[in-house]
Amino acid sequence: MLRKVLYIDLTKNESWIEERQELFEDWMGGTGVGIRLLQEECPAGTDPLSPASPIILSIGPLNGVFPVATKTAATFKSPLTGELGESYAGGRLSLAMRFAGHEAVVIRGRAERPCYISIRDGEVMVKDATSIWGIDAQTTGIILRDREPGVGRRSIIRIGPAGEAGVRYAGVVVDTYRHFGRLGLGAVFGSKNLKALVISGTEHVDVPDVKRYREVYERLYKTAVQTSVMEKYHDYGTSVNISVLNFLKGLPTKNFLASSFEQAESIGGEIFAEKHLLRRFSCAGCPIGCVHIAALKTAFSSHQEFEVRKVSYDYEPIYSLGSNLGVGSAEGILQLIDVCERLGLDVMSAGVVLSWATEALEKGLISAKETLEVPLQWNGVEGYTRALESIAQAPNEFYAALGRGVDYASERYGGREYAMTLGRNEVSGYHTGPASIVGQLVGVRHSHLDNAGYAIDQKAAKKPMDAEAMVEEIIKEDDSRGMFNSLVGCLFARGVYTEENIIDSLGAVGIVKSKDDLRDLGRRIFDEKYRFKVREGFDLSRQRIPRRFYETVSTQGMVAPETVEEMLRIYRRKRCWI
Amino acid sequence: MIGMVEHSVEKQTSGIAAEAADATVPPSRPKTRRRLKVAHPERCIGCLGCMFACSRTRLGIVSLDSSAIKIQTQGGIEGDYRVVVCRACPDAPCARACPTGALERKPDGRVVFHRELCRGCGECEKACLVGAVALNQEKLPVKCIHCGACVKFCPHGVLELEEIPSGG
Repeated sequence: MLRKVLYIDLTKNESWIEERQELFEDWMGGTGVGIRLLQEECPAGTDPLSPASPIILSIGPLNGVFPVATKTAATFKSPLTGELGESYAGGRLSLAMRFAGHEAVVIRGRAERPCYISIRDGEVMVKDATSIWGIDAQTTGIILRDREPGVGRRSIIRIGPAGEAGVRYAGVVVDTYRHFGRLGLGAVFGSKNLKALVISGTEHVDVPDVKRYREVYERLYKTAVQTSVMEKYHDYGTSVNISVLNFLKGLPTKNFLASSFEQAESIGGEIFAEKHLLRRFSCAGCPIGCVHIAALKTAFSSHQEFEVRKVSYDYEPIYSLGSNLGVGSAEGILQLIDVCERLGLDVMSAGVVLSWATEALEKGLISAKETLEVPLQWNGVEGYTRALESIAQAPNEFYAALGRGVDYASERYGGREYAMTLGRNEVSGYHTGPASIVGQLVGVRHSHLDNAGYAIDQKAAKKPMDAEAMVEEIIKEDDSRGMFNSLVGCLFARGVYTEENIIDSLGAVGIVKSKDDLRDLGRRIFDEKYRFKVREGFDLSRQRIPRRFYETVSTQGMVAPETVEEMLRIYRRKRCWI
Repeated sequence: MIGMVEHSVEKQTSGIAAEAADATVPPSRPKTRRRLKVAHPERCIGCLGCMFACSRTRLGIVSLDSSAIKIQTQGGIEGDYRVVVCRACPDAPCARACPTGALERKPDGRVVFHRELCRGCGECEKACLVGAVALNQEKLPVKCIHCGACVKFCPHGVLELEEIPSGG
């Protein structure tokens, strides 16, 4: 396996390939290689939306080679948090990078005018995108499909108007329905005048021992499809958790004013499946098919005329644009998800921004003057639709502030105690207890997926755990997920990729690792990320925790600030930061 | 658990060379031959597991380009998947179009490939309206041998291996 990095400089309109064998040997791939390249490429204090701020896409040794190893890591400096930006997407991107022969792509500089990058094997072209600038993310995909080669094996990633406008939580849409959603990669694309990237290739991978490779592949494949380890992801999908978390008092509702939603039954995975589920599909290389697509059919006249939109859904968007906004219908939620898809907005941040604004309007911190007469009220789908569009257009100071995230907007207008961010990132859909709060706060990208604190809370709700035990679990997950994200596996397949199976699959492609090597790698990746975070000003001891977390009952009962503080103390001690 | 369809594959040939060896007429001709069938194309989820199985089983490599079965999208992922496989035509036009005899129709109806005779003209590709025969990077046709390796790795039972009368 050749370990190559493709460098593209948009300012100079140049590209070149470097073999970086040692980089991949030391840091595996994916997020390990990503954070090291970010340190190489991004000088201290760089403005995340300046030409000096790089975009790094990286895959790992298992991508394309083994089942459910489908993710690509994006590493950048986040315009939302001002520190580490990291996001993962599925679709066909990792496969396209594998067969184009680039395990990492580094994009530097800023193009003179709107452009898109076309990569076909070793050939790289930067093409004019003036005629598609301003077009929504979905249509951009349709247009580029006709213009670019590689049908069936290519990947098309692109931004919508929100990314062009520099909304700090704009995402990048990957192959339709998949995303680099979080932390604002879309704005970084926009700042580079980069509308899209299309990649395809025709290379293949030779494995050192064909017999062993087939044996390991078959074993992993069977574990994925014939056992229950991935069951919850294919049937109803992640949205089945709406009713579970609602029952457990862990479903954030109306900006965390409540942790259960009276209309949860109308927005659960079961209802989506029954009323709207059209089909499911897979990322390339995964037999599970967890991507759930709903058909939203709406009459636009009284003469039997309908528009049909195909919208993907999952737990997190149903939380952020549903219960969190008091939206009690699947149709309303699908409508809002579709708006975010077209604009190219991160659905999670967008929902939390709107829920803060709704409460701020209710409490009189802002008025109709700021919202430009748009009524922001719980379950007000039409108002929310208009507000999302305004965020991408920034017609006044208020919407421009919303486009910078809840932390910024609440600094400007007040309502800090219910500005639901941790580490400046809008929080995910769990009010399960202290482990979720601490997990997102200490996590390298302030995501629930850094260490799954929400799962630790749910475990602790069944069988009580003390602060120390919860922190130990968080640290274990922090490190093991960093390692797993260097391969790059899908986190849904953690149950398939046990340490033994990871060692065997790496062995089948000629990479020899022990359990200790893997654990050491996870720890080193975590440390490197914190090195970057601290350099860019992140200070764990000075983080704001919104008071709302302590005012609403959680899965683990009322959360006491003392518990969270104690867990943070233990965390720092165990990380040897004291 | 996914309703995975289990199929036993009695024999798996590996590599094009093996395929040519397979071309020797068996002492007693079987009355049937195997054909890959796209039984339920609408159930495809686009995982490409069949394509990987094809190149992994026949050639021992990780490749989409060398797969004889192809999953195509129509209008991107928003559209439907199209499963392109060889139909094992009784009067195979790919073999008829081949000017050098590299693709040879056997009396039992199977089409076998003799690599040493192929000069990469691409007439076979043009002859197949389905698009099931395509040239790879080395300008050699990638031709399905109806071994059924892909069937085993389809999680949704899109593909089946059936027996059809020998000779067409």
